[in-house]
Amino acid sequence: MGATMQPLTNRSRVVSDKKMTLMERIYLPAIVGGLSITIRHFFRKKPTIQYPEQKRPIAEIYRGQHILKRDEKGRERCTACGLCAVACPAEAITMVAAERKPGEEHLYREEKYARIYEIDMLRCIFCGDCEEACPKEAIFLTDRIVQADYLRMPFVFGKDELVEPMDPTKRVDVSKRQTPDVITFKQENRYAHNR
Amino acid sequence: MIATAIFLLVLFVITLSVAAYSTYGERKVAAFLQDRIGPNRAGPFGILQPLADGTKMFMKEDFVPLHANKKLFLLGPAIAMITALLTGVVIPWGGTLTVFGTTINLQGADPEIGILYVFAMVSIGVYGIMLGGWASNNKFALLGAVRAASQMVSYELGMGLSIVALVMLTGTLSLSGIVDYQIAHGWGIIQQPLGFLLFLVCAFAETNRAPFDMPECETELVGGYHTEFSSMRLGFYLFAEYTNMFISSAVITTLYFGGYHVPGLASLGLDPNVAAIIGVAAMFAKTFFFIFFFMWVRWSVPRFRFDQLMNLGWKKLIPLGILNILLTGGIHYLFNH
Repeated sequence: MGATMQPLTNRSRVVSDKKMTLMERIYLPAIVGGLSITIRHFFRKKPTIQYPEQKRPIAEIYRGQHILKRDEKGRERCTACGLCAVACPAEAITMVAAERKPGEEHLYREEKYARIYEIDMLRCIFCGDCEEACPKEAIFLTDRIVQADYLRMPFVFGKDELVEPMDPTKRVDVSKRQTPDVITFKQENRYAHNR
Repeated sequence: MIATAIFLLVLFVITLSVAAYSTYGERKVAAFLQDRIGPNRAGPFGILQPLADGTKMFMKEDFVPLHANKKLFLLGPAIAMITALLTGVVIPWGGTLTVFGTTINLQGADPEIGILYVFAMVSIGVYGIMLGGWASNNKFALLGAVRAASQMVSYELGMGLSIVALVMLTGTLSLSGIVDYQIAHGWGIIQQPLGFLLFLVCAFAETNRAPFDMPECETELVGGYHTEFSSMRLGFYLFAEYTNMFISSAVITTLYFGGYHVPGLASLGLDPNVAAIIGVAAMFAKTFFFIFFFMWVRWSVPRFRFDQLMNLGWKKLIPLGILNILLTGGIHYLFNH
């Protein structure tokens, strides 16, 4: 098997233990060569991105921190069906369902809603399967980056962090995730209940 | 007398601040050589980083191992630091300044045997490392200390031999005398190129800097002689290393690069005070270049193996040093007779 192996790069060198020439044994030419390489790097432009002030450009459809959408009347779209939790390969989603009481119609769109909805951001692999599984257009991934923290507990995001604000001006735009392809796909007949 | 005391105080402060900012400089140089930016969060461009580092050092737990020899353990960093600071006294940082009719010699003391004094201080400095390493009662620290001692002994020979040739040339052991000779006859690097090379290599070994930083070789010895040290005691060891680097750079400048001499400055006919200040600035510029060079080499050249180090010291540098003495003597005999 190994006999026909191709070198991966053109930079491979044959190692040999031949006697070193005088120039090699003096060692100083090699040191000068090394110094000249490093000094060239000294004046090179640095590729560092200074994170909090400066951000790496990310794709428009970047899969970052999740959002639980409200509908146009400000009602939570999530009906606690649990499909996202089932779809989740990392088992990061936990939810407890509850029944909507009379008088709560302005809060929850369906008769059943998620009383507790938690995503463990340390388990989440940001694959977007939950978004794809959701029949109610309730959960989306956004281009927001989950902030770092010193402890583990703050990474279990509850509804307080996941549900989007009621205030229409503070809604989170997910239209980038709903590309024409996605919308066409979701307009298929079997998703008719969701329109 | 008071003038000298003030000068020494200023020198003390300058040495400490140069050592402190060398730590910052080292991190910046290392970063730039590796295509990084380096510390830039503490103050603009990170210039307050040494203060942050110092504060951190002081806040750390001051730990003495249970089975350590406590007295020697406490003495080690102090010796390292004191000897590092003492060496700067004999280096001529400039000519003379005249302020309000008082003449200030910009050299703390000018003993006839200035260069030997430097050697003596450097040799005592290794006791700081040896005592600290031995007192730690830790095998890695001990190995580091032993390495430091053997390395110091080996390379002092090479260094001494390269100095002998220079002393033969200048006819004096006084550092200001050597500078005066260079002002009159040209810089030492031109007259002693081989001697300079030997001295430079030995200076790297004497200051325990890469590629000869065997005493604190992390890959083999955890932290070497300062494995067991924490808090500001560790800080003192690191500080002493940077002070030594500063002093070594100053000694190299003094011996081979004309010290405070600026070629052509005397012919401009400037005010003596202005000329002296330009001289001091030149001295520091040359010294800082060598500090940069020390860092540049550290982040370019891999560490030697210990047997390679000994091989280089005993079988290469010492014969070359003797050859250099013979050459110097021969040339001196041919041209001056």
